[in-house]
Amino acid sequence: MADHVRVSGSLRNRLTVTLIGGAAVLAVLLFFVVRSYAAQIAQQGQDSILGASVTSILDAASLRDGQIEVDFPYASFSMLGTAADDRIFYAIYQDDVLLSGYDGLPADGNDPNGESKYRTVDFQGTDVRLAASSRMMVGADFRAQLTVSVAQTQDSLSVTLNQISRNVAIFGAGFFGLVVLLAFWATSTAIGPLARLTTSITRRGPQDLRPVASPVPSEMVPLVTSLNSFMSRLDQSLGRSEDFIAEAAHRVRTPLATLRSHAEATLQRVDREENRQAMRSMIRAIDESSRAAGQLLDHAMITFRADHLDRQALDLVDLVQDLAVRLAPIADMRDVDLLVDAPVSVPVTGDAILLQNAIRNIVDNALKYAPAESAVHIGVTNGAAASVTVRDEGPGFPVDEMSGLSTRFARGSNAEGIIGSGLGLTIAKDVAVAHGGDLTLDNHSKGGACVTFSF
Amino acid sequence: MRYILVLIAAIWAQSAVAQTWEDERQFGDPAATQVLRILSNTDTRFFAPIIDSFLINRPDVSVTYLVTGSADLYDVFRANPVDFDIVISSAMDLQFKLANDGYALPVSGLAYPDWAQWRQSLFAFSTEPAAIAVNRAAFAGRPLPASRQELIQALRARPEVFRGRIGTYDVRQSGLGYLFATQDARASETYWRLTEVMGGLNARLYCCSGAMIDDLLSGEIAVAYNVLGSYASAREDAADLIEVILPSDFPTTMMRSAFVARDTDMPQVGAAFIRHLTDLQSDPARAATFPLPALDQSVQPAIALDPALMTYLDRLKRRKFLQEWESAIIQ
Repeated sequence: MADHVRVSGSLRNRLTVTLIGGAAVLAVLLFFVVRSYAAQIAQQGQDSILGASVTSILDAASLRDGQIEVDFPYASFSMLGTAADDRIFYAIYQDDVLLSGYDGLPADGNDPNGESKYRTVDFQGTDVRLAASSRMMVGADFRAQLTVSVAQTQDSLSVTLNQISRNVAIFGAGFFGLVVLLAFWATSTAIGPLARLTTSITRRGPQDLRPVASPVPSEMVPLVTSLNSFMSRLDQSLGRSEDFIAEAAHRVRTPLATLRSHAEATLQRVDREENRQAMRSMIRAIDESSRAAGQLLDHAMITFRADHLDRQALDLVDLVQDLAVRLAPIADMRDVDLLVDAPVSVPVTGDAILLQNAIRNIVDNALKYAPAESAVHIGVTNGAAASVTVRDEGPGFPVDEMSGLSTRFARGSNAEGIIGSGLGLTIAKDVAVAHGGDLTLDNHSKGGACVTFSF
Repeated sequence: MRYILVLIAAIWAQSAVAQTWEDERQFGDPAATQVLRILSNTDTRFFAPIIDSFLINRPDVSVTYLVTGSADLYDVFRANPVDFDIVISSAMDLQFKLANDGYALPVSGLAYPDWAQWRQSLFAFSTEPAAIAVNRAAFAGRPLPASRQELIQALRARPEVFRGRIGTYDVRQSGLGYLFATQDARASETYWRLTEVMGGLNARLYCCSGAMIDDLLSGEIAVAYNVLGSYASAREDAADLIEVILPSDFPTTMMRSAFVARDTDMPQVGAAFIRHLTDLQSDPARAATFPLPALDQSVQPAIALDPALMTYLDRLKRRKFLQEWESAIIQ
């Protein structure tokens, strides 16, 4: 059946891929956001130190005899020491004239807000971070703008950034790994009820069409409701057809019995041999129809009872002996000996009526195919599983048809001339399966069919 | 006439380029294909054994060792950075500035204490304190000064003995002298008082430790202030005549440093020399067999290899410092 279901993707894969993909996007986003944030903070750290250095140099400036002196403290530069030994550059300008420091270092004073300016510039072929600030020096007959720039390479910053990047990358990868695990767990949790529903439906017997009773998640309610209603319709429809067959068989059986007694009576009254012959054929045909109707009724009953098995403790030997006694007249009629070989007692649990019916059908079959002056052996064994074996001395089953004989209305190719409906073994098999056992057909080595009903 | 002019111009150019070295020595095979030019302010006798041991397994390398004063060294190198492969100097501030200005080539794969190297390109390889060296004869029967304060007292007590007989660096000429002076001034006001006392006693000013020790040994001067203790101890004839005192109030300790020039045409040999030098000097057992003091790894010196070394090299700071120094020492 599964081969015919057209598959379009997988809910589990779709859910997993969506969750993992989302996690990957989030992890990458996290990486870049945290990294840029960290870069900003690290840059602010460097800027504030550069700014402090500039301020300390500017503050040290003084006017003496109309000349600017900048006696800046040792700390102005020592505060710029970094773990990666960044190079530093500085310049002190009076208006646009370089007083001291590195020529060519950009020096433009305060921005309109009066804050120190920070920017990244290229100096001597290296990117440096530069802070610049200026101050007006005013004395008697003296007025000049003093501008100080301090710049530093960004090696330490990039070392810090690389470290942060690596840590954030590890963090992001860990986050991603956790989410992947979570995705698999969440997916299997979400898919779980579906799998449970599938299992519970697959495990059902072929006749079990009860609605699904176990609770299901709300998203599955429409599906399960449809399934339940579909199964109940199927159940009704099956029930109706079984009822119809049973009803039909029942309706046919009574008139057939009447017809048979009329035919018997007529047979007594006619003398001409050809008429008698015709009557006998008629009675025979009636018997066959009657038997078929009976078995159809049995089958319907078994189908019904198999769903509601009436299990009780009983003795298989008693059951078989009882049956042998009841079938003895028929055996006698055919000149067949019915031999029962059984231990004292074989206790089993099962539905007595169904078991009787099944074993009677098997023995009936054996009696039908057993030649005159032969014996039918009924063996009851009490091994690992109790079983009843019925063996005749007839022609046996046709080897190539053996597997299909217990299906409905199937009859052996050697059954011509023998009354039968093809339902006997089907009934026996259904009962065996309903009891959790099986019916096996075999041919005995000394000839004759051998049917084993096992629990 | 024209020829004479050309000749004069040529000679003039020649003399402008020609550098007079304090010492110039050739090591190794003169026919060697690779000539490592080392520019240094360290006396050749300190470096000869190190260079010899470097050349033992390198027959294709020879070394030209050129010596000049630390301030001159800085100017010469800045003027012609392509002419030298290795630069060695005791003036940490000038060395630092050269490295900061990008003249030093990084040497990779050299595991070295963080405080003894800068940017993996400038490597400190010796620890040498500035000392007070005194002529024993001048202090016969008197206690030797143990600190700068005691030296001030000793000088004031007997001005007649010390007038004109005190030596110290001329910080205008000597890079190392300027470094010692600025670090002293940074550490304590005592330096200025001592300088004024020395100035009052007509101190003599020297270009370098060697000359100061010569005069100390000859008895020309009785006290040498901020002289390199290592130079004084290295003189075999010195032990009986002079006493080297490390001031107990605060030490001023310099680390000699070296780097590979950025424009060298043999960076591998240069790096190998730096590795050889640092290996040797950072291992006390091996360094003990060489005349140069080892890098003392037990204490980090007061003068750290950090950007602050550039503070007193600032033109304005230097001008102001020299003004104060001159007004104190020249009276």
